Amino acid sequence: MLEEIVFWFFALMIIGSALVVVLSRNMIYSVFALLFTFFGVAGIYVLLSADFLAVTQIMIYIGGILVLLIFGVMLTSKITGVDVKSGQTGKVQMFFAGIISLFIIVLLFYIAVSTNWNRVESTAYEVNSTIEIIGKQLLTNYLLAFESASVLLLIAIIGAALIARRK
Amino acid sequence: MNTIPLEFYLILSAILFSIGTVGVLTRRNAIVVFMSIELMLNSVNLTFVSFSAFLGDVAGQIFVFFIMAIAAGEATIGLAIVLALFRQKQTVYVDEANSLKW
Repeated sequence: MLEEIVFWFFALMIIGSALVVVLSRNMIYSVFALLFTFFGVAGIYVLLSADFLAVTQIMIYIGGILVLLIFGVMLTSKITGVDVKSGQTGKVQMFFAGIISLFIIVLLFYIAVSTNWNRVESTAYEVNSTIEIIGKQLLTNYLLAFESASVLLLIAIIGAALIARRK
Repeated sequence: MNTIPLEFYLILSAILFSIGTVGVLTRRNAIVVFMSIELMLNSVNLTFVSFSAFLGDVAGQIFVFFIMAIAAGEATIGLAIVLALFRQKQTVYVDEANSLKW
């Protein structure tokens, strides 16, 4: 019962704030609505007993990407005017985008409902914390991917500094 | 373990994904397009984590960890490009950035 209340609360929070992100005319509203979407997704992670990922979601998305996006909004709006509007959208564009996303949503609904997911009843990592398992897996089976992710992040730092630098 | 069926999580992430699609397809501002891409990445992460929980396999969560790392890199580089574009053309609208060279 409690689980259902929590699920519906976070689901409505995610969907409502995602709609604000996409449909709002003001970019500042979009950024702050994105904050609630990320928080909602982190809540769903907690509900799915993925505690490590919930904390990582809050640290990376809210502490990193969202701050970066706010910097982007502030740096690219005109300083003199209060032009933080995000542009008008054509009717034709809205129509076709609606059709395409409606198609995607119907397809995914159909797949989610009609497929017989081959699930097991008891989970293998029904423990207090997933951190230990994830840490062991990352340093044994996924070591190469882990190291190359760190190299990729280093490249991203250097590249971003190089691109955004003043000439 | 979970009283909510797996389908609910999948449908939630499907809805989130299609909202993100609408954003990518309709908005002109490059930063809002970035936010919509983050929404889509989040919905895919949600699918991974729900499968990981329901199938009892931790590999899905490790994938989500790597997706987050890639998303951080993507946001950094993307915003750097948007800043460079704004410095050159005084605009962040994606349909006004239509020349290969300036």
